[in-house]
Formats: sequence, structure tokens, C-alpha cells
Amino acid sequence: MYELFKDLGAWLVSGDQWGGADGIAQRLAEHLQYSLLATLIAAAIALPVGLLIGHTGRGAFLAINLSSFGRALPTVGLVVLVFLASGLSMWPVYIALVALAVPSIVTNTYAGMTAVDPEVKDAARGQGMRAHQVLFQVELPLALPLIMTGLRLALIQVVATATIAAYVSFGGLGRYVFDGLAQRDLVQVLGGAVLVALVAVVLDLALSGLQRLLFRHRPSTLKSA
Amino acid sequence: MSFDWEWVGSHRDDLATLTVSHLQAALTAVLLGLLISLPLAVLAHRVRPLRGFLLGLSNVLFTIPSIAVFVLLLPVSGLTRTTTVIGLTIYTLVVLLRNTVEGLDSVPQKTKEAAKAMGTRPLRTLLTVELPLALPVIMAGVRIATVMSISLVSVATYIGDGGLGQLFTDGFQRNFPTPVIVGVVLTLLLALVADALLVGVQRLLTPWARTRTRKA
Repeated sequence: MYELFKDLGAWLVSGDQWGGADGIAQRLAEHLQYSLLATLIAAAIALPVGLLIGHTGRGAFLAINLSSFGRALPTVGLVVLVFLASGLSMWPVYIALVALAVPSIVTNTYAGMTAVDPEVKDAARGQGMRAHQVLFQVELPLALPLIMTGLRLALIQVVATATIAAYVSFGGLGRYVFDGLAQRDLVQVLGGAVLVALVAVVLDLALSGLQRLLFRHRPSTLKSA
Repeated sequence: MSFDWEWVGSHRDDLATLTVSHLQAALTAVLLGLLISLPLAVLAHRVRPLRGFLLGLSNVLFTIPSIAVFVLLLPVSGLTRTTTVIGLTIYTLVVLLRNTVEGLDSVPQKTKEAAKAMGTRPLRTLLTVELPLALPVIMAGVRIATVMSISLVSVATYIGDGGLGQLFTDGFQRNFPTPVIVGVVLTLLLALVADALLVGVQRLLTPWARTRTRKA
């Protein structure tokens, strides 16, 4: 076990490992590109849906069942299926990752919107605010903490799962996991896994830092909403 | 992309075997996850300093890619069902632990004080007051963990197990979509049926929740 960790340490800090076209730096950039782009696309789809359902209160049943459906979708199967249908392109990776991220964002956005005190909404309307003003100036800011939780959860899942890109011959940190698996090279697999986990933790910390920065000026009563 | 119905007909027995094996792996993991997370959640709920540590640890475990978890367990348990179940159990822990702690947190302080005032001992309060009241939140976690496990079993195909996931590698290697489609559909069906059954279990376990909604 000790030897393994020593080899792992050597693997992670070795200069040869980091440079070049298939070095860690390159794989890291690819992994970040897949993860961030997929999460952004998922957010562009899921945020409006969650906000609309939360605002109107309609379609909640559908949205929640759809998310549970999304969670049940086996990512490996989806990647292979899209791969067989579309051939060698980035589609399989992005479709699978977006499908993975959408449910967490929709359910958390919806949960955040329903957690907004109805009296606050009534007060806003009573002041003469229009529907879109209530949505963007009252509901959205109050729901933001839970929305951010959804985005963070989605990002962690996507970063961990972007490993699968390597299975259908693309890059990313998953290369080390799958190549190591094929070569029975445990150190390489372990190195890839540690790097993926590190990326996920660092991105999560960054997002939570951003969240704290955004809500710095908020009175504590609003925070708890 | 065409669908080969004949293949489905001639592989009916294989599909049944894979489905049973798939479900078995997922359910064992959820049960083990519950057995481990219940005492840990009670501990995290009662001992504040442990709470952050346990929840943080389970979050970090969640960030490790599932394929890597299975591969890393190989030196410990080899190419066996045990590896699959341990890997899946680790993932269920994240959801189960968090929801059980949140469920216990949601029990009103006054209710606990009332139990104490009536002379109920701590263990009895936990079993007959706190856990039943926390059940809706715990069951929400069980449902998510079950659906997640059923969908994750297929990842274990890379270590030679994986139930219905074997259909994915098979289809991928032979460039033959039918098994992949069948595998995805069966996985989804399993998850939906299991989820519906758990909703039924929850209704049976919390009869008071039903009467309350009827009155409202």
C-alpha cells in the first residue's frame, strides 16, 4: 500500500507526466472543457424550466418525474447509444453529461422557488410589481442559494462522469483511468481518479466561494429563506 | 439505426438473468448503505463536531468517478460481485447519510422535549419518535439512492460485472445498437418500478401522513 502511494506521488509530480500533447495539463484542460461546457448547456436548459415551473406552479409533477427519469438513465448506455448513432463526434459525451446535469438543476431551482414565502410574493404584487418583476426581483434572488446548490451538485456529477469521454476515444482525465485499466496499471488509474476528485472539489469550493461573495451584503433573515 | 426484434426474442433468458443480477446488486447496495448510514447519521445528528466531518467525507467520496472506485477496489476484492456492491454502497452513502441527518434535524424540538417529559428514554425516543417522524425525508433519500444505484450498476461492466451494463459493452464492441437500447430501456423500467414500489412502502409506513393530507 505504501509503495503504491509513493508511486502515485511520483506520478502526480513528475514533469514528463504534465507536459506534452497527452500530458496531465492537456488532459486537465480537456476535462474542464467537457465539464464546464456541459454544465453551462444544462443550466441554459434547466434554469428557465425550473424558474417557470416554480413561478407558475404548473408542471411540477412532470418536472419531478422527468428528473427521476433522468437520474435513472444509465450514462454508459446513453454514451454508447449516441456513439453508435452519431459516429465519432463529441455528441455522445455532451448529450450524456447534459442529461446527467439537467435533473439536479431543475429540481433544486424548483425547490428554491417553492421555498419563497408566498406572503413576500403577495407583498410584491401588492406594491404593483408585474409578474416578471416579481420573478426576477423577488423570487429569483430569494431562490438563488438553492439554485446554486443545484448547480454545484450538477457540476460535481458532471466532472466525475466526464471520465466516460475516454471510453469513446476522447480525452480528458478519464484517459488515465481507461488506459490504466487496459494496461493493468493501477498507479495510472489512481492518478486519474485523484485528479478528477481534486478538480471536482476545487470547482465546488470555487462555486461556494462565489456564492458567499454574492450574498455578502444580505441580511441574515433573507439568507435563511 | 435499426432495432433487431429477433435478437430480443432469442436472448430472452439472458436478459432475464441480467435483469435479476442487476437488481440484486443495486438492492444489496441500498440495504448495506442504509445499515451503515443509519447509525452514522444518528451519530452525526447528536455529535455536532462529527457532523461536518462525516458529511464532508461523503461528499468527497461522491466526487471520485464511479469507474475509478470499482477499479481501485480490484486489489481488495477482485473481479467479483463484492467489488460492484462495495462501490455502489459508497455512492448510496452520500445520499442516505445526508437525508437521514436532515430528517432527524427536521424533528421539532418540542416533540422531543414532550417525549423526554413523558419519561421516554433516549433510545426509545429515537426509535419510536424521531425515526418515524424523519421517515419521509429518509425515504426520499432511499428513493434517490435506489434509482441512482440501478442506473450506476452498469458502470461495473468495465470490471466484468454490471448486470444489464454488459449489454452496453457488448453492443459497443460489435457496433450493434439493439442490446444497448434494450439495456437502457430495461434499466429505466427497473428504476421506475422500484421507485413506485418505494412510494407504496412509504405510504404504508407513514399512515398518519395520509390522514393529514386528507384533512387539509
